[in-house]
Amino acid sequence: MAPYCKIDHVDKVYSRGSASTRVLKDITFEMEKGEYVSLIGHSGCGKSTLLNIVAALTQPSTGGVMIEGKLVTEPGPDRAVVFQNHSLLPWLTVYENVRLAVDKVFGKVKSKSERDAWTLHNLELVQMTHARDKRPSEVSGGMKQRVGIARALAMEPKVLLLDEPFGALDALTRARLQDTVMALHQKLGNTVMMITHDVDEAVLLSDRIVMMTNGPDAEIGDILTVPIERPRKRLELVSDPEFLSCRQRVLEFLYERHRFVEAA
Amino acid sequence: MNMPVAKTDVSASIPAAPATKANAKVLSLPVRQPALGPRVAAALSRLATAIVPPLVMIVLLLVLWQILCSRPGATLPPPTKIWSDARDLIVGPFFVNGPQDIGLGWRVLVSLQRVAIGYGFAALIGVALGTLIGQSVWAMRGLDPIFQVLRTISPLAWLPISLAAFRDSQPSAIFVIFITSVWPIIINTAVGIRNIPQDYRNVAAVLRLNPYEFFWKIMIPSAAPYIFTGLRIGIGLAWLAIVAAEMLTGGVGIGFFIWDAWNSSRLPDIFIALAYIGIVGFVLDRLVAGIAAVVTRGTSAS
Repeated sequence: MAPYCKIDHVDKVYSRGSASTRVLKDITFEMEKGEYVSLIGHSGCGKSTLLNIVAALTQPSTGGVMIEGKLVTEPGPDRAVVFQNHSLLPWLTVYENVRLAVDKVFGKVKSKSERDAWTLHNLELVQMTHARDKRPSEVSGGMKQRVGIARALAMEPKVLLLDEPFGALDALTRARLQDTVMALHQKLGNTVMMITHDVDEAVLLSDRIVMMTNGPDAEIGDILTVPIERPRKRLELVSDPEFLSCRQRVLEFLYERHRFVEAA
Repeated sequence: MNMPVAKTDVSASIPAAPATKANAKVLSLPVRQPALGPRVAAALSRLATAIVPPLVMIVLLLVLWQILCSRPGATLPPPTKIWSDARDLIVGPFFVNGPQDIGLGWRVLVSLQRVAIGYGFAALIGVALGTLIGQSVWAMRGLDPIFQVLRTISPLAWLPISLAAFRDSQPSAIFVIFITSVWPIIINTAVGIRNIPQDYRNVAAVLRLNPYEFFWKIMIPSAAPYIFTGLRIGIGLAWLAIVAAEMLTGGVGIGFFIWDAWNSSRLPDIFIALAYIGIVGFVLDRLVAGIAAVVTRGTSAS
């Protein structure tokens, strides 16, 4: 049987005039349905480019992405993205931001009241119903990101793409949002691809961690399977030997084998 | 020397906090009793701070003007002479005594009507062309240099051409309004469209919005602050241009009134007309700014 999601020999070359830079080199890995995969690497290693290729916001130079055996050619709600800076539309309320996505994706199959209920249901999932009539500028950064997640979940994506979703948040908010995402993944069983540069976050949330070498010519350095049982509890993991050894391996990869080199 | 003093102050106030809380509860009761009085007083004082200073300045300027123009040999009339000569224009904006002897309110309305038509076309065409230029690189490369040259041409320089083309003063004046106010609308709209953040475009791509939805749901709201900046500059220019255009084309407008008053040496009337023009221009500007504030709420806050 074909894998659920396959990133197949993806290369990305940016060329300007005669000079060309290969950002990604021969990236190949597969994701199973319901799997939570993190991409980790130093900044500039092309992990965002890879996510954009899966979203089809960027086209690969060679290779391609297959989901359920079908080649991905253009952006679409089956690969919903939670952007790093939330990307909510500031002139719409929290409800309207999610509703826009719901209307677009389910406009033909669901009635008006069903779409309203589905919008509210997704806001409920991220505990944002209380702020449904507020505008993005009136809620905190963590709340905006919750709405961004609700909007993406509401599209019922085949693969949920998270582009450093917690990057701009303070540590406490980040931890709470990680717990929310973990609980949602447990409940809904989404297939998730997340970009991060936070080792603890990667180990806490992922089933597998794809570690990328430094760019240019970034490739997959190693793939680590995180064998920790779910549901995972943040506090219990702190002393869990499995957690510590995974963490150790990612840290070693990032800081010994592929230390970040300042632009030479 | 100041630092340690400040520090002890802060540390002293922290343990005292619960005590002040208890005090505050007791204090809040008497404040509630007089319900309407203070609120009205506050509103009045806010109104006073907005109105009294400009009022004082106006009186001072009038006094200064009176002093300067009352001296022998003064070429311009003092305020008292304007009041005695042009009182009918000041107190009655809407009288009708004959075909050319009407209140300034009527004349302003005629001018405003021309502005409304010319500016309305400018707003529609300006936003449409601006969107095109903002969206399409080739349209921008082709049209932007032309627009940058055309926009520097004085409104009145267009008048002979439009008179030749339309062979009538009314459409010519409207065309001059249009051609004056359209450039800032085009250019600002184009900048607004070009500045739509990539994030919003990505959202639109993921949601697969079609071009029509993209235009109404992303482009227009996102560019609205820019568009309204253009519209606001445009209305100001339109009001500037109509006075000049009417001076040359004649008819009933406020611009022609000034020219007519000058030719028949009714200097005080001109001062009254200037006041009308200034106040109407101010109101127009506020009007567009007010609409902008309502339409773009939320957009500029991010």
